[in-house]
Amino acid sequence: MHSRQRRRFLSVGSGLAAGLLGISTGAKAAPLARSPGLPVSAYGQRARYETSQRWLTPARYLASTASWSPLADQLGIITPSALHYERHHGGVPDIEPGAFSLLVHGLVQRPLEFTLEDLKRFPVTERICMLECSGNSYREWQGPGGVDVQQTHGLTSCSAWSGVRLADVLAECGVMAEAQWLVAEGGDAARLTRSVPLAKALDDTLLVYGQNGEALRPEQGYPLRLLVPGYEGSISVKWLSRLKLSDEAIYSREETSKYTDLMPDGRAQAFTLAMDAKSVITSPSPGRGPLLPGFQEIRGLAWSGRGRVTRVEVSTDGGQHWQDAQLHGPVLPVCHTRFSLPWRFDGQPCVLASRCTDETGDVQPSRAALVAARGVNSFYHYNAIQHWRVDADGSVHNV
Amino acid sequence: MSRHAWLLAMLLVACAARAEGYGLGHAVDAARLRAADTAIGPRGVELPPGSGSVAAGAELYGRQCAACHGAHGTEGPDPVLVGGQGTLASAHPVQTIGSYWPYATTLFDYIRRAMPFTAPGSLNDDEVYALTAFLLAANGVVPQDTVLDAARLATLRMPNRDGFIPDSRPRH
Repeated sequence: MHSRQRRRFLSVGSGLAAGLLGISTGAKAAPLARSPGLPVSAYGQRARYETSQRWLTPARYLASTASWSPLADQLGIITPSALHYERHHGGVPDIEPGAFSLLVHGLVQRPLEFTLEDLKRFPVTERICMLECSGNSYREWQGPGGVDVQQTHGLTSCSAWSGVRLADVLAECGVMAEAQWLVAEGGDAARLTRSVPLAKALDDTLLVYGQNGEALRPEQGYPLRLLVPGYEGSISVKWLSRLKLSDEAIYSREETSKYTDLMPDGRAQAFTLAMDAKSVITSPSPGRGPLLPGFQEIRGLAWSGRGRVTRVEVSTDGGQHWQDAQLHGPVLPVCHTRFSLPWRFDGQPCVLASRCTDETGDVQPSRAALVAARGVNSFYHYNAIQHWRVDADGSVHNV
Repeated sequence: MSRHAWLLAMLLVACAARAEGYGLGHAVDAARLRAADTAIGPRGVELPPGSGSVAAGAELYGRQCAACHGAHGTEGPDPVLVGGQGTLASAHPVQTIGSYWPYATTLFDYIRRAMPFTAPGSLNDDEVYALTAFLLAANGVVPQDTVLDAARLATLRMPNRDGFIPDSRPRH
């Protein structure tokens, strides 16, 4: 059908541009405006034809579930703030910035409280950084689960963050030598609490109030969140209200009962904080309509919590042979990184896959290797190679 | 140097150290610090006064918790709280307070900060002790006649206390 349309189109010698593309849309020339359009506006909206949205995990309480970023629709490496994934444990609180304060206490020489204005007076720092929930891809532990890339990999997003170095704020308080952990508590209804190793807190952890050029969105922690680069998302505590320096972790529910990784021998790994090297092909991917024969650019996203992505390989035969994909800059540490590879779909069934390597030398494992090491009941930190099967009819499936 | 001169010198040193920073932030009084220090670590030193019995906890559980966690804590639909011991190495592990949680202090901490889901913070400390006692008794960690308080809770040893290991994910 498609090729017959194209031949007919070309035979009547229509427009050069359409001919180069080799397709006929059947549409008339786009009407150009002949009257003034909408006026300037105080806060912009996307085009009304754009409908990409987050997918909400069904739950009895939508205040304690997740929404997944539409990765297949994303362009570039920055996730629009409105489409950044969410994972809340007690809903999104409404915090008035004038009433906000951050308390820092525990093993410090000077317990101090900071207003938002106080914090904004510290030297500013900017960082583009991805976040990933350690529950991303959790369904895939038990075999192919998500129906599309949004449901398999959508619990990661990447933003440009503005804030201050946590080390600067802690220095004001004078951290005592006995301190080993930083216990961070949120001001949400769950008072979500996580323990951050002090070395990480002093290294590159930020207190951020800005995201993608404006104040944090409420669902991303307005007015202030922790940003712990490369670590599982839930430790970057949102709606931050309190930091306590301690000589031991708090062993909160969110670092014992949850966010620990059960092994086949019945023991569990705790404080598995760094996010491993991972990648996924976002195009072609399931649910995007049948693949057309001919040229297709294989495109996707790769990331690692341990540093920069240095290599992405793509396979079109289910992992038997691999070719290097092109990485598109900027390639930044702990950031989404774009890759692509030119390809032609010849109508033959095939299986597409991508494999990421990061600057520490970590290579994204096969599912078999991951399961051999960690069983299928870990729930968290699934980072195996994702396979998409393309059928002869151009439909794409999670396999 | 006289004692006063020594103290003055120390104060000047402290001020100089402070001046090297940004001079931001506000001092916090002791009452505010005590009120804020609510997160309970595994040593239990932050546990508040108060106590609660298994029996009182059973009554509270029926009213406050059973709708989400099931009449016996085993039915759901929300996380299963009771049972599961001996299942962690099986194909279908049941991760509960009794089978999985390493510290009893975490249970008190979590109920007090986050439960019940629709009204967190609505239970007083005696009620939190009572619910903690009931859930530990239901899991066989304490006897049915237990009255739980800070001293008792801080010394309890959970069945899976040694079930956790550090991050040992394979690399490369």
